[in-house]
Amino acid sequence: MIEIKDLHKSYKMGSNSLHVLKGINFSVEEGELVAIMGSSGSGKSTLLNILGMLDELDEGSYTLDNVPIKDLNETKAAQYRNKFLGFIFQSFNLINYKSALENVALPLYYQRVGRKERQEKALKYLEQVGLKEWATHLPSELSGGQKQRVAIARAMAAEPKVLLADEPTGALDSTTSYEVMDLIQKINDAGNTILVVTHEEDIAQMCKRIVHLKDGVIVEDKKVKQVRASEYV
Amino acid sequence: MFDLERWQEIFETIRKNKLRTFLTGLSVASGIFILVILLGFGQGMQNGVAKEFEEDAATSVWVWPGVTTKQYKGLNPGRRIQLRNENYNFSAVLLEDDIENKSPRYFVRGGSVNYGKESLAYGIQGVSHQFQFIENAYMSEGRFLNHTDEVDKAKVAIIGNKIKRDVFKDTLSPIGQFLDISGIPFKIIGVYGDVGGEREEERIYIPISTAQQVFNGADYLNNMSYTLPPTDNFEEAVAQSITFKNNLRTYLQQAHTVAPEDTSAIQIWNPMEEAKRFYSLMLGIKFFFWFVGICTIIAGVVGVSNIMLIVVKERTREIGIRKAFGAKPWSIIGMILHEAIFVTAIAGFTGLIFSMGLLELIGPHVEIDYIVNPSVNFNVALATVFVLIFAGTVAGFFPAWRAARIHVIDALKDE
Repeated sequence: MIEIKDLHKSYKMGSNSLHVLKGINFSVEEGELVAIMGSSGSGKSTLLNILGMLDELDEGSYTLDNVPIKDLNETKAAQYRNKFLGFIFQSFNLINYKSALENVALPLYYQRVGRKERQEKALKYLEQVGLKEWATHLPSELSGGQKQRVAIARAMAAEPKVLLADEPTGALDSTTSYEVMDLIQKINDAGNTILVVTHEEDIAQMCKRIVHLKDGVIVEDKKVKQVRASEYV
Repeated sequence: MFDLERWQEIFETIRKNKLRTFLTGLSVASGIFILVILLGFGQGMQNGVAKEFEEDAATSVWVWPGVTTKQYKGLNPGRRIQLRNENYNFSAVLLEDDIENKSPRYFVRGGSVNYGKESLAYGIQGVSHQFQFIENAYMSEGRFLNHTDEVDKAKVAIIGNKIKRDVFKDTLSPIGQFLDISGIPFKIIGVYGDVGGEREEERIYIPISTAQQVFNGADYLNNMSYTLPPTDNFEEAVAQSITFKNNLRTYLQQAHTVAPEDTSAIQIWNPMEEAKRFYSLMLGIKFFFWFVGICTIIAGVVGVSNIMLIVVKERTREIGIRKAFGAKPWSIIGMILHEAIFVTAIAGFTGLIFSMGLLELIGPHVEIDYIVNPSVNFNVALATVFVLIFAGTVAGFFPAWRAARIHVIDALKDE
């Protein structure tokens, strides 16, 4: 599903150049649930940004679902993001003046899905995350956990190849975190490929594979026995 | 533009950001409102000035004798000048080429006017047959005086519309009726109206020759009036009227032994010269109104672009989210501009409708001197709205373009 070869990325900081990713080789199969771990500055967010086509790579190659991702302009990147990827953010990033339903329907709008079908689909995904009754509520009327579930529904709505979650539990308390992880595990069980960036060990243990990043290189890549979040809920 | 989905998206955004939309709209609407009202009053002033001058023929020249104020050739100041027939006749010959219409005037004083048993109080003036054109009077019934009336010293009278309304309201037509002026019957042969209004329709005109002979006028005249031949343009007309005025004054001053610099002894008034003064003043005022109006529009445009900047800043995060989920740069620009154009257009037309409505409503009732029926050319007003929309679009494009180019990562960091 994801194939990364010899990935390099550096940032220019004035006259200095900061080499963030120093040759990453990494691949993800369909249906995997991968945790990317590392301390701050290890390059895990940069990696996720490149995977999410929010940032460009300097060297190396990136193939997503057999499509080489290169020479992206903004329009093409937007197209690919819409087609291939679903984002889940630490700070939810819901549009605050839109209802839960409208937020979930947003990626479908950019897929040029008609209004009625959009709402039906969005409602279906809201139901999947257990928030059907909250469809008309604004994000400000929802709790943190509910917001993240709406965000997950939104990421799912476009039926992407890969879900990218950047610290999805970073802003939540542990009980809510486990609820969200339970949801992510269930989505994974249904066959979706998911990448989770986290620095929390217990969250990482709920994935099926952990990739450790340190100073821009992968220091460890191991399969783990998944801890089911439902045990804690 | 005709993407229904986009429209729905924009209506939703507008509905949920009422205050922002309202403020943007207000700045645009008030700009247009002020501009249209200003232009309306500019037009009103033009109408007003034009009206003040249309009651007499535009190229008319009026001569009134006065009192000398300067000692000249052994004559004391304070001498009253009396115009005579010979002055009128001589000037008519002297300046023949420059004159289109001419008329002496003799005011009949102390004459009593009766119609049947009714005693009337209207001014009686002896005039020539050409006076109709000098006064800009039109005939609503019958005819005006003619040359034969003057030669025959006919006892005929022309009355104003107001007199007809006041006195002859029970009669089908006053033509052929007789007015009794100081015991002498005058046959009414015409009714005239005057664009100058009722004030100018209260006179009884009789032939000048009759007036002088019947009412002890000897060869005295109270004033003389002329119109000059039409010219190609306004400037020429003004120059012509000034030349004519100077020639006439020179002759009259010599004839009455008046110091050349004594303007109060012979007073000559020509609306052309006055009009020029008013027109240049009005041009200045109109220019000023346009200037203020355009400044208002510029302020409106600056307001719109300002709000657009704030809107883009406020929506940075939202734009980032939209881009993360597949919005292309042009769809972001389109969305922001579409909303801006829509709000500006609605607000612009609202301002236009309100201001035009106000002008339509109060315009006809404005009765101030020199301001008549303030109104505005609809096309001009419409054009200003489109200019504002266009300028707003251009002003809004740059923030929108910048917003579309913000990196998703940076946009999402924005708090």
